Amino acid sequence: MDIDIDTVRVARSRADCVLRPGEAFLGGGTFLYSEPVPAGVTGLVDLTGMGWEPWSVDGAGLRVAGTCTLEELLAGPGRLGASSDGPYRGLGIVGECVSALTLSGKVARTATVGGNLALGLPAGSMVGLFAALSAVAVVWTPEASTGSSQPAGSREVAVADLVTGAGRVGLAPGEVLREVRVPAAVLGQRTMFRRASLTPTGRTAAMVTGRAGEPAPRITVTASVSAPLSLHARDHDMLDRWIDWIGSTGAWYEDTHGSREWRAAMTRRLAHEALEELGGAA
Amino acid sequence: MRIDGADVAAEPRPGQCLRTYLREQGTTAVKKGCDAGDCGACTVLLDGAPVQSCLIPAHRAVDADVVTAAGLGRYGPGSDPDAEPEALHPVQQAFVDAAAFQCGFCTAGMVCTVAGSREVERLSESPGRDQAGPDRRSASASSVGEALKGNLCRCTGYRSIRDALAGRVNTEVAEPGEAFGRAVVAPAAARIVSGREPYTLDEPAPPGLLHVAVLGSPHPHARITHIDATAARGAPGVHLVLTHHDVPGTLYSTARHENRLDDPDDTRMLDPVLRFVGQRVAVAVAETPRQAREALALIDVEYETLPAVFDPEAARQPGAPLLHAGRTAAEHRVADAGRNVVVQIHEEHAEPGHDGVDAALAASAATVSGTWTTDRVNHVAMETHGARAWLAPGGEEGDVLHVRTSTQVPFLVRDELARLLDLPEHRVRVVAGRVGGGFGGKQELLVEDVVALAALRTGRPVQWELTREQQFTTVPCRHPMRVGVRAGADENGTLTALAIDVLADTGAYGNHAPGVLFHGVHESMAVYRAPNKRVDAESVYTNNLPSGAFRGYGLGQVQFAIEGAIDELAVRLGIDAVEMRRRNVIRPGDPFVVGRPVDGDLEYGSYGLDQCLDLVEDALASGRGDVAPDGWAEGRGVGLAMIATIPPRGHFTHAKVSVADDGDFVVDVGTAEFGNGTTTVHAQIAATELGVPTSRVRVRPSDTATAGYDTGAFGSAGSVVAGLAVHKAAAALRAHLKTPTPLVVGANIAPKPGHEGATITLTAKGEVFAEATHDGSPRSVAFNVHGFRVAVHRETGEVRILQSVQAADAGVVINPEQLRGQIEGGVAQALGSALTERMVVRDGVVLTRTLRHYRAPQVADIPDTEVLFADTFDRLGPRGAKSMSEAPYNPVAPALANAIADATGVRPHDLPMQRDRLWELVRRPPGPTAAGPSGRAGR
Repeated sequence: MDIDIDTVRVARSRADCVLRPGEAFLGGGTFLYSEPVPAGVTGLVDLTGMGWEPWSVDGAGLRVAGTCTLEELLAGPGRLGASSDGPYRGLGIVGECVSALTLSGKVARTATVGGNLALGLPAGSMVGLFAALSAVAVVWTPEASTGSSQPAGSREVAVADLVTGAGRVGLAPGEVLREVRVPAAVLGQRTMFRRASLTPTGRTAAMVTGRAGEPAPRITVTASVSAPLSLHARDHDMLDRWIDWIGSTGAWYEDTHGSREWRAAMTRRLAHEALEELGGAA
Repeated sequence: MRIDGADVAAEPRPGQCLRTYLREQGTTAVKKGCDAGDCGACTVLLDGAPVQSCLIPAHRAVDADVVTAAGLGRYGPGSDPDAEPEALHPVQQAFVDAAAFQCGFCTAGMVCTVAGSREVERLSESPGRDQAGPDRRSASASSVGEALKGNLCRCTGYRSIRDALAGRVNTEVAEPGEAFGRAVVAPAAARIVSGREPYTLDEPAPPGLLHVAVLGSPHPHARITHIDATAARGAPGVHLVLTHHDVPGTLYSTARHENRLDDPDDTRMLDPVLRFVGQRVAVAVAETPRQAREALALIDVEYETLPAVFDPEAARQPGAPLLHAGRTAAEHRVADAGRNVVVQIHEEHAEPGHDGVDAALAASAATVSGTWTTDRVNHVAMETHGARAWLAPGGEEGDVLHVRTSTQVPFLVRDELARLLDLPEHRVRVVAGRVGGGFGGKQELLVEDVVALAALRTGRPVQWELTREQQFTTVPCRHPMRVGVRAGADENGTLTALAIDVLADTGAYGNHAPGVLFHGVHESMAVYRAPNKRVDAESVYTNNLPSGAFRGYGLGQVQFAIEGAIDELAVRLGIDAVEMRRRNVIRPGDPFVVGRPVDGDLEYGSYGLDQCLDLVEDALASGRGDVAPDGWAEGRGVGLAMIATIPPRGHFTHAKVSVADDGDFVVDVGTAEFGNGTTTVHAQIAATELGVPTSRVRVRPSDTATAGYDTGAFGSAGSVVAGLAVHKAAAALRAHLKTPTPLVVGANIAPKPGHEGATITLTAKGEVFAEATHDGSPRSVAFNVHGFRVAVHRETGEVRILQSVQAADAGVVINPEQLRGQIEGGVAQALGSALTERMVVRDGVVLTRTLRHYRAPQVADIPDTEVLFADTFDRLGPRGAKSMSEAPYNPVAPALANAIADATGVRPHDLPMQRDRLWELVRRPPGPTAAGPSGRAGR
């Protein structure tokens, strides 16, 4: 929809990424343009003009730019992971994670990985994807004092720690989610994906991503909780105790896409399936 | 930017999306369904790839090549730029051939999505038409579901769209004079698939067009103690600000009926008392929508908040906050304002020799009592409400107020606008273009009063287009109901008593409250014979958003309860569900009894309920459909519904059939086309009577200036009321043209035997036309029976539909493909309300404000339904036909609930039966060892 702002700047350099009063960053825009802008936002800075390489892979692992579209993610890393026993088989869940979003392929053409992460919505499946892959987000931090053309530094934060609550993300004003990095060691590990929703193509109500590894498979839960939770699950009993513990902390998330109790039960079910598939001990 | 082959240079505004940019360049093939990326109606090809243009920042697309549905035939994938401007892309032609649209508002976006999607392209490369077997279908079903998950269609139920993708041809060309009964193509088909059919706001914007924004109440119940719009009036671009001080205080109802006294007068254009969150507080009119929105922030309002009530049971208890205190039955048609009760029915009937419900239940071999509930449902017509008003010279008396609006009832809107604005009716002209879906939601006056008054005050054309969020938060929804049923039967399964106790939540205003309540308890009770019957029903004000007319008009809610109770009785007596109904449904000759015998004009013009029951029973026993997955509980269920073919107390129409200059025929009829298919039906009826191909008949609907009076397109009246008038006029004209009789200038009673009901007019210019009317009486009854086989997964609450079949008694079928589509669409909409759709409202605040949070069915959610027709001929309808537009919706939810009960042994009483609720209902109790939830057991 048309959003009521006065300026749009297309960022071409890091210097352009210094926000002026009233400005906010624009990623793909598929969320920003779907709702009225928050009060006080009068201008946008379009990060897609930065021309970042959408993704690359080298000895250090996989890098995915914040502006990488979901379609590019699918076509690149998603395709790399398509082979069930290749060196990138950890990326085998990319396709399912993109499909888990209610958005269609048409929106995936524009929506970005960084935008999905920065929204921090429980149903944002990029969180579960990159948390399962133990990815680290590289965040550009702004210059403390304005007026300097020299860019300030950057910091790293685990994707699993980036989202702190439903719609709450650990990004300070002016910070830019530059990229996420998946360690090389993880790329070859077996991963799996499960989700529950009230309808076949509906919004994700519980999502479990898992990755085989030592000392035990790692199970990550999103969508049914406000922020991602992970466990190295040695066995099913441990998994059960962990899921009981999640409940005891009152962490089960509820909105119009599923009751708390159902999400808890679906999460338990999917997590056990995940562990089973990853070869966890009974 | 290049748009459909033409270069444009206009600079987009900051924050503008591609959708509005394209429309401002005149490209109205791009529709607005949601403006939030959820529905797909605005899909275009951006550099060859389909995108939802409402989500594309326009500044990024300035160098792009954009192709819309209007350009697809020349500039789409594989198209020839030198082709004719009207050339259709193969995908568009496939949608025409498959009849893959009804209102057509989603179609332009749908064809762009399909044409631009390589995935779908592969799917449609079938070896040959009609060759696709069930295996291939199921294999491709999930890919189609994924490919089209960004496109909503509310009308078709998606089967015909899947057919279009598979290249199936469902339509035919009828020989001259033989269109009746044939699957002819809708006259607007080519325009619809290419986005050229002008919907309400698709005509070029008149110069000086102003836009409306409305401030909504932040409180569920409040009084405005102070309102000052001075600053807003002085804001840039603002031409008018209206508060309750500035508008007529006339009381009215947003609901529109033939008799305006059907609804309570409890509403004001702008009221100093606010009764629901979102109710109009003030109106700003400015040169741009943004200027109007921004002016709202400058209006200074102070509120005194009042106690609010949200539960209808609490609302009718002593001490509850009163919403419309002082309104009376005599003057305002509010039954008991002191209890918040708009309308009430309390009736009991015992046949001679019977002692009433209580005595009968006490003596019955089996009894059932329970309470069933249905939730708030939104119509989700793909076109939001919207209207434009302007003044045009109208001769000596001055200007005529023109209103172009998305309405099912142009004449009723005209009449009430004239009343509200104190204008003579002939100074108001209301036109509906093709309407992008209605489902009852456009039988209301919701935007027209504002644009009309603003046009009168400013002298400028004024437009108001509702947002999708406003559709959810301010537009009336389906009445949620709580229905108690008590029923008893003897050991043979013969009903001894049937009693219902209905509580409807009409929300803040009583629009449609009486009609929905009376209709809801009417055919639902009348379809069963029982010697003792009782109806208690009340519709109650609350501080929720208003409820209104919705497909089925109350019947679906009540039928859900009654069909559940009948089913439970059958279970307790060990009688087959179909057999139980056979023993108890009315048969021709039986009186129609609700809470008392119905005294009126309802007749058995035909009767096909017995056939419908047989058809569904046979289909469910046939072995067709899917097999339940291992470990899932399987069950089957049926539900039935009866509906009167025409609304009660008069539904008037007028049809005029004339010979055009080119020798073709023109049908002027006042009813509206909103996907119900009446334009096709009227063309078929006229062409058949006139002995010509449908291509020689032009239907001009829904214009109060060109057509005679018509009550409107509701109550499924388009085919049988307007259709009958078209039939009479066309037949009289044909008889006259065959053997012309001398006429005098002016109206003549059609002088041929058998055509006395029509008039033939000779004009001074020598033109001839025939006219006929119909008053909507007497009325017949139609029937629908639905059957399901389902599988239920107890561990997740998932319901899988293995087989879905509906049998319809529609009399002689006028257009089998179109009727099948109406039924499938009704089934799909009903599956939404049965399984997934629910407006979540908390303390009067609607939380489900966007489509992505509401769960209207997508293609992946709707299985194919086998549609079967009873073989009947109705003596009251045109050539034996009956109406069939609302009715298919009604038996679906109860049939599904009954199937789920059969599968699980637990009867759902509450809609929607979404997975989390059903899981809660049917999950196995925890085992003895499990102190808490045990996932291991549940795996």
